[in-house]
Amino acid sequence: MNDGVRAAFRVRRGGFALDVAFKAPARGITALHGPSGSGKTSILRALAGLDRLDGRCTVAGEVWQDDDVFRPPHRRAVGYIFQEPSLFAHLSVRDNLIFGMPRRERRAQGAVFDETVERLGITGLLDRDPRHLSGGERQRVAIGRALLSRPRLMLMDEPLAALDPDAKDRILELIEELPRDFAVPVVYVGHDMREIERIAHHIVLVDKGRILAEGPLGRLQADPTLPLSAARDAAVAVDATVAGHDAAWGLLSLAVGEVRLLVPGEARPLGAAQRLRIAASDVSISLLPPVDSSILNSVRVAVAAAEPAGPAETLLVLDLLDAPGQRLLARISRRSFAELDLRPGRAVHAQIKGVALAG
Amino acid sequence: MGMSEDLWSPVRLTLELAALTTLVLFIVGTPLAWWLAGTRARWKEAVAAIVALPLVLPPTVIGFYLLVALGPSGPGGWIAGLWGGRTLAFSFTGLLIGSVVYSLPFVVQPLRNAFEAVGERPLEVAATLRASPFEAFRRVALPLARRGFLTAGVLGFAHTIGEFGVVLMIGGNIPGETKVLSTAIYDYVETQRWQEANLLAAGMVLFAFAAILLVGLSDGAARRARA
Repeated sequence: MNDGVRAAFRVRRGGFALDVAFKAPARGITALHGPSGSGKTSILRALAGLDRLDGRCTVAGEVWQDDDVFRPPHRRAVGYIFQEPSLFAHLSVRDNLIFGMPRRERRAQGAVFDETVERLGITGLLDRDPRHLSGGERQRVAIGRALLSRPRLMLMDEPLAALDPDAKDRILELIEELPRDFAVPVVYVGHDMREIERIAHHIVLVDKGRILAEGPLGRLQADPTLPLSAARDAAVAVDATVAGHDAAWGLLSLAVGEVRLLVPGEARPLGAAQRLRIAASDVSISLLPPVDSSILNSVRVAVAAAEPAGPAETLLVLDLLDAPGQRLLARISRRSFAELDLRPGRAVHAQIKGVALAG
Repeated sequence: MGMSEDLWSPVRLTLELAALTTLVLFIVGTPLAWWLAGTRARWKEAVAAIVALPLVLPPTVIGFYLLVALGPSGPGGWIAGLWGGRTLAFSFTGLLIGSVVYSLPFVVQPLRNAFEAVGERPLEVAATLRASPFEAFRRVALPLARRGFLTAGVLGFAHTIGEFGVVLMIGGNIPGETKVLSTAIYDYVETQRWQEANLLAAGMVLFAFAAILLVGLSDGAARRARA
């Protein structure tokens, strides 16, 4: 039985108190998100057993820690990626990669080794000295080294922090595909919501040593009681599937429930998963279906909640009527909110000015 | 005994003593330095201070206490009693024990610095890659601290060769048993055999220079490799 990660930790250290309990699903990427100093890294280190806090931790049905048990880190099947790529300076890239493999496999590196190295795009680096690699290359090797130790859980502590934007982008693509390509769940610590919006499926919000909320990414993003929706660049991640491509206009058609969204983009296989990012500032409201508009995407929504956002604006939470369960955020002026009389429950039309392909 | 054998015996004895001392110091000093580098125990600096005592104490003070400890009424006498002896003082074994104590800081300090320079992170990485603490030590800490071992080895060896006061106190200057280079030079000077004294002394100067140069070159290479 694989029920993912269940963990609860408590600690009090000087002025810092941590008291958390959360779950991470057995599939996909769970993001631990919160401001610096909120305790994210402490939680991750406790999951790996690097620090011993009071509490319990079960991974894939195995008890790693409870009142009677504490498995030391080397007896936990984790892969841990630190902020700075911590390759062993005295070993070549190849010897770094095989470090965590079982002894008998280290000598004759088999198909798994070749495939992993190939997948990570580091075949050409094998005989190099890790000190002469770029930041992005080092982090790739670190990820490969962790994967080759056959982890049942990947723990990543802001693995992009030390990278330039270009390298960030490519490593993010790689991380996004880890759960599928290597059948391993990932717990990802990050404070940059842009990263998390691209890759996470599940999110645990941490603040001042406590869990604010946990759940599917889109649901928490659209929860007006949580700080995510109050951010200036608040957005909702929408998981869609490719439903067609209009080559004449260069538009990709994406399905979310019964809704079809048109997004500029290249053709992709039908049915492929595609994540979209819809920012609250890109959604506007009209009472009637828009006619003669340049905006491609208009969807039927019902107002689910409305929260004041600053002196002049209101944040609306919208239920997509043709995609049950899917919500959007819209930030509109307080004046429009009053003039359109947008009571909760009212059905209106949401015009989406910008839909970004994420991931 | 010809003059050359007269000269060579202390040289051979000294090299033997220094090599054995260095070996014992690696065996004793490595775990001690590892513990000092990693522990958060409150009394660790007290232990470090005890290890460092030979740096500041006059050799005669160390020699005096070693003489008491190795003598018939000390633990050394008891150990010697195991094979029918009366004392460890004025023996090669006693000299070895004395040298280990006297040169301990010269091995423990560089090893501790080297282990501290390795830091916790590589060991944590090793632990998350299924390496047990011993395996992490063997496969990560030891190779990363290898320059520290070179420095420690050279300093421990060279310092043992150069010791005089302790040897004089507990060695007794017995030819072939405890008469080492430094005391041999002293003897030659006492008996006005300047030529032999000069030969040995010049050899020591060259050796000391080579040892320090070796450590310096290795440190320089390490710095360049990091840069």
